[in-house]
Amino acid sequence: MDKSMSVHVRQSHVREEPSFLGRILARLSYGDRVFVLNDKTDWFDVRVEGTGTRGFMHTSALSAKKVILNPGEQTVEKTATRDEFALAGKGFNESVEGRFRAENPHLNFGGIDRMEAYGVSEDQMRQFLFAGKVMPRGGTL
Amino acid sequence: MKETTRRDFLTAAGACAAAGLLLAGCKTMEAVTQIMEVASVDTGPVTSSQVQSAVKVGQAVAKTFESFTPEQEYYIGRTVGAMVLEKYPPFNQTIANTYINMLGQTLAAASDRPDTFGGYRFQIQDSDEINAFAAPGGFIFVTRGLIRCCKDEDALAAVLAHEIGHVQEKHGLGAIKQSRITSAFTSIGLEGARQFGGKELAALTQTFGESITDITQTLIVKGYSRTLESQADLAAAEILTRVGYSPQGLLEMLTQMQTRIKPGSLDFARTHPSPLDRIKALEPVIGKFIPYSQPRARLERFIKYIARA
Repeated sequence: MDKSMSVHVRQSHVREEPSFLGRILARLSYGDRVFVLNDKTDWFDVRVEGTGTRGFMHTSALSAKKVILNPGEQTVEKTATRDEFALAGKGFNESVEGRFRAENPHLNFGGIDRMEAYGVSEDQMRQFLFAGKVMPRGGTL
Repeated sequence: MKETTRRDFLTAAGACAAAGLLLAGCKTMEAVTQIMEVASVDTGPVTSSQVQSAVKVGQAVAKTFESFTPEQEYYIGRTVGAMVLEKYPPFNQTIANTYINMLGQTLAAASDRPDTFGGYRFQIQDSDEINAFAAPGGFIFVTRGLIRCCKDEDALAAVLAHEIGHVQEKHGLGAIKQSRITSAFTSIGLEGARQFGGKELAALTQTFGESITDITQTLIVKGYSRTLESQADLAAAEILTRVGYSPQGLLEMLTQMQTRIKPGSLDFARTHPSPLDRIKALEPVIGKFIPYSQPRARLERFIKYIARA
């Protein structure tokens, strides 16, 4: 087991235990790299490149492709046709949405933006479960 | 060369490249390439190197809906959501939407796909119809009509977990026709060969719009197959158990729904298998319905925050 992976979502966490309730050790962003030490379950045992933080990340946050943020024209030339790279901001992106919105002004994107503001923190989740006496399987709050 | 020719070429090149992998070679593609090179090297908007690039993209790997990055899925989901909100406007009661996000995002964290590009978000819709929608990337919508089918938090959790199941399994993206996917990735490949211009953006935006229509048609009009609905129900049962809710909430909600839906109506009844069939399919996994108890604090907050929504 010996591979590097990239975070391919806007934000994810490295946790102390392989569980959605595991304490958060580090917050990683789009394009950050980790070294995978064990991928036997959906919670990969990883070491963060650069800082060396060791913990668990869910497989859904990670890609084997190297994510290239802000690819310049030359990078795009070299990498667009190669499958081991993912270019951030390419394809269906903000510009495509912008053009589509301009052509379809009746769509309710304002409602989507308001919806996105309803973020819930890990602490809020824990308090929500505790207050409702919801007991996660095999886990402690 | 007319613009339409270029677009036709993109579609043909992509479709052929995808098919070519299966057929171990693509004579038509070679022909298209030769013709395009002769026709456009000096005069048309598609250059020889762009043609080569597009062909390379197609040959690199067959593109499926799984090839969309989470970031692209996020933009697809936002627009699908904006369309769903146009049909059923949002119910803007902050306390109810906060509650449904606490519940929904906690359930999503325990799913097989806790991490989407922008995270999961939940929105109540101001409609008496019984309906719910999951847009790609985790934008989930539930009507007030469906919330009224839920007598407690466990039942509401079951509704949300079912929708999370659709996102987890990428059922929305799966509704996009292969021709759009091929066309999209061919355009993205061309983007690598040259600065993306207005025409390319227009072509990609058109493919984007067509992909959105494929998804909304499925969500709102046609519905998913029985198999996909069953997958979402099974995912829901697993998520509920992991978090500590009773999977019986799913049976409770479906039983209520059975009594409330009007046969032949244009909502859930049209796009989903009958609740009774879903209950039957779930019984081997979670057993027959047994009334479950609900801690008082949980029931009280459900009533306080959402039962009047």
